[in-house]
Amino acid sequence: MHRKSLSRVAINAPYTVWMAIFVLVPIALVVYYAFTDAAGRFTLQNVASIVDYSHTFFTSLELALISTAICLVLAYPLAYAISRMHVKRQSTMIMLVMLPMWMNFLIRTYAWMTILEGNGLINRAVRALGGEGFHMINTNGAVVLGMVYNFLPYMILPIYTVLTKIEQSTIEAAQDLGANRVNIFRRVLLPMSVPGVISGITMVFVPAVSTFVISKLLGGGKTFLIGDIIENYFLGNTGTVDYNIGAALSLVLMILILISMAIMNHFDKDASAGGIM
Amino acid sequence: MKNNRLIDLQNISIALGGEQILKDLNLYINDKEFITLLGPSGCGKTTTLRIIAGFLAPDTGKVIFDGQDVTDVPPHKRQVNTIFQRYALFPHLNVYENIAFGLRIQKVKEPQIRDTVAEMLALVNLKGFETRNIHSLSGGQQQRVAIARALAVQPRVLLLDEPLGALDLKLRKDMQVELKNIQQRLGITFVYVTHDQEEALSMSDTIVVMDSGEIQQIGTPIDIYNEPKNAFVADFIGESNILDGVMREDFAAEFAGHRFECLDKGFAKNEPVDIVIRPEDVDVVPLERGMIRGNVTSVTFKGVHFEIIVDVDGFKWMIQTTDYVAPDSNIGMFIEPDAIHVMKKSKYSGLYGDYSTFSDEIEMLSDVTYEKEDDGDAS
Repeated sequence: MHRKSLSRVAINAPYTVWMAIFVLVPIALVVYYAFTDAAGRFTLQNVASIVDYSHTFFTSLELALISTAICLVLAYPLAYAISRMHVKRQSTMIMLVMLPMWMNFLIRTYAWMTILEGNGLINRAVRALGGEGFHMINTNGAVVLGMVYNFLPYMILPIYTVLTKIEQSTIEAAQDLGANRVNIFRRVLLPMSVPGVISGITMVFVPAVSTFVISKLLGGGKTFLIGDIIENYFLGNTGTVDYNIGAALSLVLMILILISMAIMNHFDKDASAGGIM
Repeated sequence: MKNNRLIDLQNISIALGGEQILKDLNLYINDKEFITLLGPSGCGKTTTLRIIAGFLAPDTGKVIFDGQDVTDVPPHKRQVNTIFQRYALFPHLNVYENIAFGLRIQKVKEPQIRDTVAEMLALVNLKGFETRNIHSLSGGQQQRVAIARALAVQPRVLLLDEPLGALDLKLRKDMQVELKNIQQRLGITFVYVTHDQEEALSMSDTIVVMDSGEIQQIGTPIDIYNEPKNAFVADFIGESNILDGVMREDFAAEFAGHRFECLDKGFAKNEPVDIVIRPEDVDVVPLERGMIRGNVTSVTFKGVHFEIIVDVDGFKWMIQTTDYVAPDSNIGMFIEPDAIHVMKKSKYSGLYGDYSTFSDEIEMLSDVTYEKEDDGDAS
């Protein structure tokens, strides 16, 4: 018995150490900086100062929510279509969905810059056809586009996974009991795919709400997200380096994300308990 | 049984994945009948069922339901319901909601749904299970929910695709009786698919024996057992000794080196035929009284009877007898005229051999492969 538990400790040790160094310590540091001032004294001022950034918080939440919603609307039908294909074609399609992810995130976003620019691909094409050209780069729309583009696979994959797990016979059973296409979707596919939708929303919303690269490259300083402000405080891009306020903002963002995930999980539980619809 | 045709399959052919599954199949099903499609895997029985349900459209031929051509009617508009091989219950709904599913689509009022669900649960002996989660039910209970769910919408025909395949033997026997009771009580048509001949014999009004996409024989269980049409049916239904024989003249068949009196007639003089003799129809008698004689090579106790293998000039017979016979003893065998069944030669003649390689173990193993292959033909 003793030996067994010893070996178990030995097996677990690397993971415990890893978790401690890369998860617990950083969180502890964030909490420490958030509640101290430059001299290391306890203060609530950093956390209180986030009120100044409430506008940015709202913008971040708004853009992240819009992107998540667009991702969901685009991803669900695509995931469904792929899940109903022949097995061989399914893996090809999933490969295609993942293909952009093999390229660096920054490069992909830079690519969108050259496409959307005033003198970019789209505008040059429009002008060549005799059009006026549009202003696209450095707008909220461009930021949302960047988020949707970058995070779409994270919505497609979990929804696709739950949809493929739904057996054909389950759908046939619904058909057999008189369900037409609308009923099958509303009463079987949709409720059964809720877990995938939930994890897709989480996986898109969390990076979208905290991104700073996309807003920097495609928002060009006009769209300022909470991630940008945190980055600025840590790197001092706009003058002052202030770990304390940066940490306080990170902490608040983290709590916001935890709350939204908790709400999401609550929905998930409701769905799997299977109440009266 | 009333003689009104409810379902009529006319000249149905279908190929799936480049393989011809059904070949010009013709079959009618009477109202309120318990009909069983019986055959080995890949024989097309599940495909036939799926064509009746509307999940598959035949390449050629027509499906007539109650006088109407429903060949192109989608499954959700047909008055038939299916019990799927693995039940296909809705995992996101509880027992009550599973059974209420079809009623909700019909927009039935809530109080009536409640009554129907209660009635169905009583019918399948699952009272008090309303709020239970599907995953918390045993296989047998899930089976009952599937039956209740299908019957709640009052179908005219219930299609059952190997519904008892996943249950253990004891439960399977109980469910057989229960299904038959439900069918008789509700007075609806059951179309039952199985590869288990015993199940087919004990439940059906009519059995349709199928092999390689063709119907081999249609008849009552007694007909199918006593008067198999060819060697395939004889071999598939129950145990049988299938011998080569010659019809010398009406009422006289010669096989195993002896001329037997029999009840069959209408064959050409000296026509080669297949002879079927069921193991329980051979009487073990003292040597001198035997029509033919053989040497007992093995004796197995089966509870109700002994199963003995007897070597008659190199051909191994199976005989079931209630009297103990010692291994390696020589016995006489006596066969009554009505125990001899004469069949025309068919493409199945000579395929089944004797009992020299027979063992229970091999039977069991081949049963397992049946089930596995069935997955393929179902999808």
